[in-house]
Amino acid sequence: MTNEIIVVQDLVKNYGDFCAVNHISFAVPEGKIFGFLGPNGAGKTTTIKMLTTVLAPTSGTMRVNGHDPVHDQKQVRRSFGIVFQDASLDDELTGLENMNLHGGLYGVPLRERATRSQMLLELIGLWDRRNDFVKRYSGGMKRRLEVARALLHQPRILFLDEPTIGLDPQTRNHIWSHIQTLSKEHNVTVLFTTHYMEEADRVAAEVAVIDQGKIVAQDAPSALKEQTHSATLEDAFIALTGHGIRDEEASAVDNMRRMARVWGRRR
Amino acid sequence: MRAIYILCVRQLKRYQRSPARIVGSLGQPVVFLLALGFGFGATFAKAGAGNYFNFVTPGIVAMGILFTAVFSGIEIIWDRQFGFLKETLVAPVSRLQIVLGRVLGGAIVAMMQGAVVFLVCLAFGFRFGSWLLLPLAIVFMFLISVLFTSIGTAIGSVLQDMQGFPLVMNFLVMPLFFFSDALFPMNGLPKALTVALRLNPLTYGIDGLRGALGDTFAFSAITDFAVLLVASSILLSIGSYLFSKIQL
Repeated sequence: MTNEIIVVQDLVKNYGDFCAVNHISFAVPEGKIFGFLGPNGAGKTTTIKMLTTVLAPTSGTMRVNGHDPVHDQKQVRRSFGIVFQDASLDDELTGLENMNLHGGLYGVPLRERATRSQMLLELIGLWDRRNDFVKRYSGGMKRRLEVARALLHQPRILFLDEPTIGLDPQTRNHIWSHIQTLSKEHNVTVLFTTHYMEEADRVAAEVAVIDQGKIVAQDAPSALKEQTHSATLEDAFIALTGHGIRDEEASAVDNMRRMARVWGRRR
Repeated sequence: MRAIYILCVRQLKRYQRSPARIVGSLGQPVVFLLALGFGFGATFAKAGAGNYFNFVTPGIVAMGILFTAVFSGIEIIWDRQFGFLKETLVAPVSRLQIVLGRVLGGAIVAMMQGAVVFLVCLAFGFRFGSWLLLPLAIVFMFLISVLFTSIGTAIGSVLQDMQGFPLVMNFLVMPLFFFSDALFPMNGLPKALTVALRLNPLTYGIDGLRGALGDTFAFSAITDFAVLLVASSILLSIGSYLFSKIQL
């Protein structure tokens, strides 16, 4: 019987009348790669936000590495590393400075910070570019740096919110092979979301399909394909969630990105 | 403590790396200094009020600090937008440390900007009363910086995007500057204006700075110091509270 490192029970998040996450329960065994699949606006990111302490749930219980994200925020935050759906680097600092800043915030001792930064940056192929400003990096390089940064403080859990969105297949494969290696070697549990079904099929030991705030299926990808008599996980996904296209409201951040592009500031 | 230091250093690095920003935010105070400083000089002297250039210099320095400080605080919006804010919010440090690091870093940046403005004023002919009081002037510059970085932080924590920025500039920062003793002395003003000036914490900051740089205090060094200290503590608390309420 393996240890369950993430346990979610009856989790609910309401925004006014709108129910973003509707009584979901799931558990992730330690050391496993767990995929969270669902159409746009299904509640994937909302769930990750609650697990990572930045959003308070309406009701329900969560356990991350044995701690409660609502009350033991510090312990929970020490346990995980995260790659967010959109960028979270400081563009005006260099790659190495971003790593150092992270190490500082997480209290990684200086010497360990230096050796681990070098090890991780070499692993993802950015050691030669460590002194370049992040604003000079390509999208794929930024993503790789974010993965490396998330692992700097040796977390037990890695949250990846659409880590490969907008990247070419080479970079996607590259990133995933590193994540798989790291997960295996250091027994890091990975919870990720993605829209690339073949990716989930390939790397995830187990996936949960979430739609309109509810988990509609949860199993190994092969079992889901069998259950829905589908050839691919993508077909299984559509069989489970239907053909309708989901609309997501543009957030304030999206609006501001648009403004920032118009102003041409900082980029 | 560690997190405060790290975030503070980050702000300084960013400041030092953007000479365009340093020079850019110098433009407005320098225009004010040259146009008003020399433009009103003759009239001011004829009224027997002394050297206007010397009078207005503390006001112009405060202007440099005010704009930089509010902007440093509001930078939270940019960090929210470009994502770096998230990185700090999921780190195992308290929100209070994050906010203190940001405010301290922003305040030091604002102070440095104020120092640059002051050097320009010196170059154009400001005459010091006494170098001995320079440390006092630095104390007042620091308090003004903390006060307005806190205001910026409070606003930046509430605003979701930059759309509200002109509102802040035109309805908060501009009035704070013009309804202070930055450009004119406090005596003989209409009642309403006197009240506005006395309610504005910037007035005390500029008065303190003016006194320390060699002119006379309209209030007293103690009053100025006390008002600024209380005002910046209150606003720092408000800023920290609002920042702690940010959810992503």
